[in-house]
Amino acid sequence: MAALLIPFMSIAANRIVAGDSVLAWRVASPVETLPGVAAIVLGLALGVPAGRHYLRLGGALLGLGGLFWLLMQGAPALLEGADSAYARVSPAMGFCCLLLVLTLMMTDALTQMAPGPLARAGLLAAVLCALAAILWSGALAPLSIFQEYASRQAQFADAVLRHLALAFGSLATAAVIGFPLGILCYRRAQLRGSVLPVLSLLQTIPSLAMFGLMIPLLGWVGDNLPGAQAIGIAGIGFAPAFLALVLYSLLPVVGNTVAGLASAPAAARDAARGMGMTSTQRLLRIELPLGLPVILTGLRIVLVQNIGLAVIAGLIGGGGLGTFVFQGLNQTATDLILLGALPTVALALTSAIVMDILVELAKPIPKDTA
Amino acid sequence: MIEIDNLTKTYGDTQAVDAVTMTVETGSITVIVGTSGSGKTTLLRMINRLEEPTSGEVRINGKPTHAEKPHLLRRRIGYAIQGHGLFPHHTVARNIAAVPRLLGWKKPKIRARVDELLTLFSMDPAAFRDRYPAELSGGQQQRVGVARALASRPELLLMDEPFGALDPIIRARAQDDLRRIQQHLGSTIMLVTHDMEEAIRLGDKVAVMDGGKLVQYAAPAEIIAKPATDFVGDMVGDVDRPLRLLSLIPLSELIEDGPAEGEAMPADASLREALAACLWTGRTAVPVTREGVHVGRVTFEAIRNRAELHA
Repeated sequence: MAALLIPFMSIAANRIVAGDSVLAWRVASPVETLPGVAAIVLGLALGVPAGRHYLRLGGALLGLGGLFWLLMQGAPALLEGADSAYARVSPAMGFCCLLLVLTLMMTDALTQMAPGPLARAGLLAAVLCALAAILWSGALAPLSIFQEYASRQAQFADAVLRHLALAFGSLATAAVIGFPLGILCYRRAQLRGSVLPVLSLLQTIPSLAMFGLMIPLLGWVGDNLPGAQAIGIAGIGFAPAFLALVLYSLLPVVGNTVAGLASAPAAARDAARGMGMTSTQRLLRIELPLGLPVILTGLRIVLVQNIGLAVIAGLIGGGGLGTFVFQGLNQTATDLILLGALPTVALALTSAIVMDILVELAKPIPKDTA
Repeated sequence: MIEIDNLTKTYGDTQAVDAVTMTVETGSITVIVGTSGSGKTTLLRMINRLEEPTSGEVRINGKPTHAEKPHLLRRRIGYAIQGHGLFPHHTVARNIAAVPRLLGWKKPKIRARVDELLTLFSMDPAAFRDRYPAELSGGQQQRVGVARALASRPELLLMDEPFGALDPIIRARAQDDLRRIQQHLGSTIMLVTHDMEEAIRLGDKVAVMDGGKLVQYAAPAEIIAKPATDFVGDMVGDVDRPLRLLSLIPLSELIEDGPAEGEAMPADASLREALAACLWTGRTAVPVTREGVHVGRVTFEAIRNRAELHA
């Protein structure tokens, strides 16, 4: 509740200077703000009694609705009040606090309700649709972050695609290399003993250093290997970023493949061998089905990690949303940084939830019996 | 008939199994008994080539096992292990069907065989077919494990401590079940255990292993009466030897005419049970019946004399 007393939005003369704070009920005319404030207060109140999950969920949704309503009302109103064409409005501390509290309320309620994987998928889709609808409607367009977007629409679409290509492409490549390597490591203890330490060493290299290392390495390859430059291999750009991400991905993929395959009970593996299954049959019928959740968990780690790491690729010209983050840092333009960061967070969160659902669906034994 | 010929397995400097030669008759239960590290499990695992022998060979019905691909050989030999080794993600029916599926049986045939085996092990097919191993009790899991090993009517069944994880009461029932099913199917079984009690109870023949060597291979009564070495004597347990021996002899051997008081016992009960009945109720003789008809008595005196024969 106290968060309502913290400045809700801020208005600044231009995109660089710090803004002036505005309280929640002053962002627009009282008639426009009242429903929003009321919804937030009511939503928070509904969340107070413990043990009533549905009530708490409803409260959280109501509060979030009020929150965005205020934002949608406040942005154009504040901008109108400002006299300069360069004025910028953005959400302030109060908005962030309320968003955090209400989201926590929602996740808490959902955790208590423990919906099945399909229900969770539906919920995720609903949230994404609601978000898309708000963005599409243009009601938030006056906000500063969307003004940054408006001047970079083509670039933004390009960056998102590049980001996805980096994250998913490196995941796919790591999987193609990592699965067979993991299976081999699982079968041969000797190979496992030498491969896993090397991969975990790679994992400990700080990401900035890794991207830095790629520059001279691939630069040399590009200069000295005929034809390498023609397919885009050079010290900076997409190739080194992609390669670094693949290297980072190998340990989780290989490690979890080995752990997953080994998670089949020893007696079951011995019995499978004793009844005359070939090693391929054992892999396909026993070890893979039993290990799939662990293997998918490895892919989840890689995906979320790579979506985050791909931001740093912006630093070596790899493209992606990181480009905006670093441009923003150079220009001290917070909104530009957010234009890169927020979609990254949204992407990572969505992927994490989707992968969690897949992991649950991959469980080989029905839940009520295990 | 299974012929084990000079079978040897060496790990580095240690002789796990040292030139073991023995012959197992078709349709019998042979129990290999020994302490841990005696090489009994290695011996068993060399028969279906889960371990490759260093030297020597095994012949099943005259055919050497090394003449065949290991996984094809194993499909002809049932294999049941301690802790059952059921596949946790497959239903009971699918577990039992594992080997028939490998052999490419038709679906209706597999289904019929699964139901037949579940019934044989006193488990209602309709109730158990679609359950997962985690939903069964320890005794039920063990029975499914043995049923799975028997599914394709193998010519030989290898069992490695199959009852090791069961509590004593369930264990005794499982042993009785195995004996009954073996007589019903006429299977050839080789079973490994560290428990001499179990060996005497189940085996037509008992093979005692010590330090990789086969030290005695004989019928249970002979193992008890004439242990070949001190080690075998220790395994049998010198104190319990007379009682163990009496538990192998049916009342029918000592039936004589004459009166006896109290509750009657069937002729196929063991002398050990009759002795216990005498001691417990203070009688000197028990009446004996065969299929409910009185046929005579067995006296305390006669039991004592029978036990003394071996002293």
